[in-house]
Amino acid sequence: MKEPTLIAAPYSHAKTSVSRTMGLVMLALLPATLFGLYQFGWPAIFLFTVTLISAVAAEAFSLRLAGKPVGLFLKDGSALLSGWLLAMTLPPWAPWWIGVIGAFLAIVVGKQIFGGLGQNLFNPAMVARVALLISFPLELTLFTAPSPLFSASAPGFLEGLAVTFGGSNAIDAVASATPLGHFKTELGRGLTLGQASEGTGSLWQLAWGQIPGSLGETSALLILLGGLFLIHKKVIGWHIPLAMLAGLALPAALFHGLYPGQYVGPLTHLVSGAAMLGAFFIATDLVTSPVSRSGQLLFGAGCGLLVYVIRTWAGYPEGVAFAVMLMNACTPLIDHYLRPRIYGRDRRGEPLNTDGKRENT
Amino acid sequence: MKIKLFPIRGGVHPEDRKGLSAGMAIEAIPLAPLLHIPLQQHIGAPAEPLVSRGDRVKKGQLLARAQGAISAPVHAPTSGLVMGIGGYPAHHPSGLKVRTISLKPDGKEEWIEGLDPVPDPFALAPEEIARRVAEAGIVGMGGATFPSAVKLDLRKRYSLHSLVINGAECEPYLTCDDRLMREQPEQVIEGARLMARGLGLESVLIAIENNKPEAQAALRAAAAPYPAVKVIGLPTRYPMGSEKHLVQTLTGKETPARGLTADIGVVVHNVATALAMHEALRQGRPLIDRVMTVTGGAIATPRNLRVPLGTPVSFLIELCGGFKQEPARLISGGPMMGQPLPNTQVPVVKGSNGLLALTAAETQQAPEMPCIRCASCVGACPCGLTPLEIAARIRAGALDASVNRGLLDCIGCGSCAYVCPSHIPLVQYFNHAKGELAARQRARHKQLETKRLAEARSERMEALQRAKQEAMARQKQERAAKAAGGGEA
Repeated sequence: MKEPTLIAAPYSHAKTSVSRTMGLVMLALLPATLFGLYQFGWPAIFLFTVTLISAVAAEAFSLRLAGKPVGLFLKDGSALLSGWLLAMTLPPWAPWWIGVIGAFLAIVVGKQIFGGLGQNLFNPAMVARVALLISFPLELTLFTAPSPLFSASAPGFLEGLAVTFGGSNAIDAVASATPLGHFKTELGRGLTLGQASEGTGSLWQLAWGQIPGSLGETSALLILLGGLFLIHKKVIGWHIPLAMLAGLALPAALFHGLYPGQYVGPLTHLVSGAAMLGAFFIATDLVTSPVSRSGQLLFGAGCGLLVYVIRTWAGYPEGVAFAVMLMNACTPLIDHYLRPRIYGRDRRGEPLNTDGKRENT
Repeated sequence: MKIKLFPIRGGVHPEDRKGLSAGMAIEAIPLAPLLHIPLQQHIGAPAEPLVSRGDRVKKGQLLARAQGAISAPVHAPTSGLVMGIGGYPAHHPSGLKVRTISLKPDGKEEWIEGLDPVPDPFALAPEEIARRVAEAGIVGMGGATFPSAVKLDLRKRYSLHSLVINGAECEPYLTCDDRLMREQPEQVIEGARLMARGLGLESVLIAIENNKPEAQAALRAAAAPYPAVKVIGLPTRYPMGSEKHLVQTLTGKETPARGLTADIGVVVHNVATALAMHEALRQGRPLIDRVMTVTGGAIATPRNLRVPLGTPVSFLIELCGGFKQEPARLISGGPMMGQPLPNTQVPVVKGSNGLLALTAAETQQAPEMPCIRCASCVGACPCGLTPLEIAARIRAGALDASVNRGLLDCIGCGSCAYVCPSHIPLVQYFNHAKGELAARQRARHKQLETKRLAEARSERMEALQRAKQEAMARQKQERAAKAAGGGEA
């Protein structure tokens, strides 16, 4: 027998690994992603591919620079996942360089500068998304109506290439507002909710996702499906998603109930924009969310509430990226104060009373 | 018996692999050519040898007596010739040499005369039970090896209400307790009732995980005549056999931090200890052998064996057909909390419940990755700790901060490391930190003692100096007085 390293037990291990965790998340993203790629056609497929390749390239470059084993860390799948999540949040017909710059921001600025895997304070995809939104507001807010692959309105392969890699202004012809953007504008100019709703799809269309929106965010139902799969597989807990959706829906229900004409209802909030993707895939990012269940509930509720506040009263129609990043910044604080109670100790950390002890008898 | 059980936090469900050996009945084994009996097979002071090289000893003869309040004697597992008393590699990962009696069996298995069987041990007073248990050298056989008689004396300092017999056997692979309960249920029940008598208790709860239905049935049948003895099925979950968590499952109460289960009125003993007590009291037989499981993917024929203490591990491996493939790890105990063995020469001791030869496929080793803060360890920890945070502090050298986060409340069960997707050896961090803290405390103690002694010395020296000066002054005065007196005279 060769001399193995002397190391403490256990000498058995659950069949888990970082790459398995990342792989399961990507599997869960697959239905919503495929739907998005189908619905927004070739330009979406090109943008998605460019973003993922750029993310992996940025990761390999950073790892080499840092002198870490490139192969080992590329295999963990975390860079691919960050790129994937970023691509999901981009306007599907955005030009290729949005994907490249975004992937660079996510991997290099959002993750590797902090020390790489597990060290980043903020969700890398959201760092990139926010930076892109502020730097390139035009490209990041130009959305298209769905035009499924092979349908009459859809661009062909070459036209798709032209949309993504330049030389086409086809997007101007099909540009369309997202439901949240639409509500923001219409309610902002004094229309009632009833009047504003005429311009958006039915609640079913919103939930299924046949609406203008980001590449992979439109289908609330498919994202929910993937999220439930992740909870079932115990990759994520139910605490953050539920708290975030509740944190968004409860104030929405309250204001909608009080002023039905002026505030968008809770169901619309839940199925529009990045709410579902944010609740199940963004806020639940393992690295940047709290570790205790109570901390996760607080974190999720904070995300949901901030999303509502930003959507309703701030300048942007959507606020998931800002909300999650603000709560990411609170994670160390939450982890410091909200910890599980230690066995045999009370909440303050003092040993429990020993009532059974007989002294000196 | 259905009673309400209480949930515990965390835990994991490792693949139990008990099927490898659960079907094998306990077998007696032949004597090894040479037995190596360490003088310390228990927590506390090592035993003091009473024999010397060249002595002929009988089976069951006292070889070394207990020393001090917490200690246990050691007896001869068979008759034979004492070959020597000296250093021999310990049953410990370090493989350091410890004082060991080497005994060459003569093959006659002659028992010592004057064993003291008790026809009705239930008539014995609790003090007498404790005395006999101490004399038989019985220690906690679940692996903790704390002298059992000392544990029986807990009744003097705590008000107790229940004895719990731990038959959880939650470690994967191990089946020795399972077999023992299936094959000797009456003896186990009697041992448990004798323990209760020694503790001055009525109520006995025998707790067995639900993955051992045969053992549960056997003990239920054996316990039927005794209404105070209840057999309770436990949910199968590691670490159900951790005594603090076992008691919580049964009573709903938590043992206070840094306390004993006796603080909440419960004493826990292992089933194998119960059997040893039965043998010690009913037959007067000292603890000279134990049941252990030899198993693992690398062992040709996994078996449950009744092994004379001191038998070399290599002898057991040969009895089980040797290795069918090169083992990646050789472990004493279970895979979750066991310890690696330095070589196969080390002897079986009182606390050895299993010998595992694991293949690489079983150990599932993988390179360590950075922590991704997935909190799997937080969910798995039965003690409510945040292992990732504690490990991060240890890695940064902030040991006091790791203590504030609960390092010393860790029971070392390994659930966190078992589930970690990054394969971070969390228990290794914790053990390192616990050892370092203990070393620092020893160093601090030594420093304080040195300072105290140095101060005492300088005080003594000063006092001496003072006394000298005073004496000289006195002499001077006397001389002066004498001179003056002489002048007058």
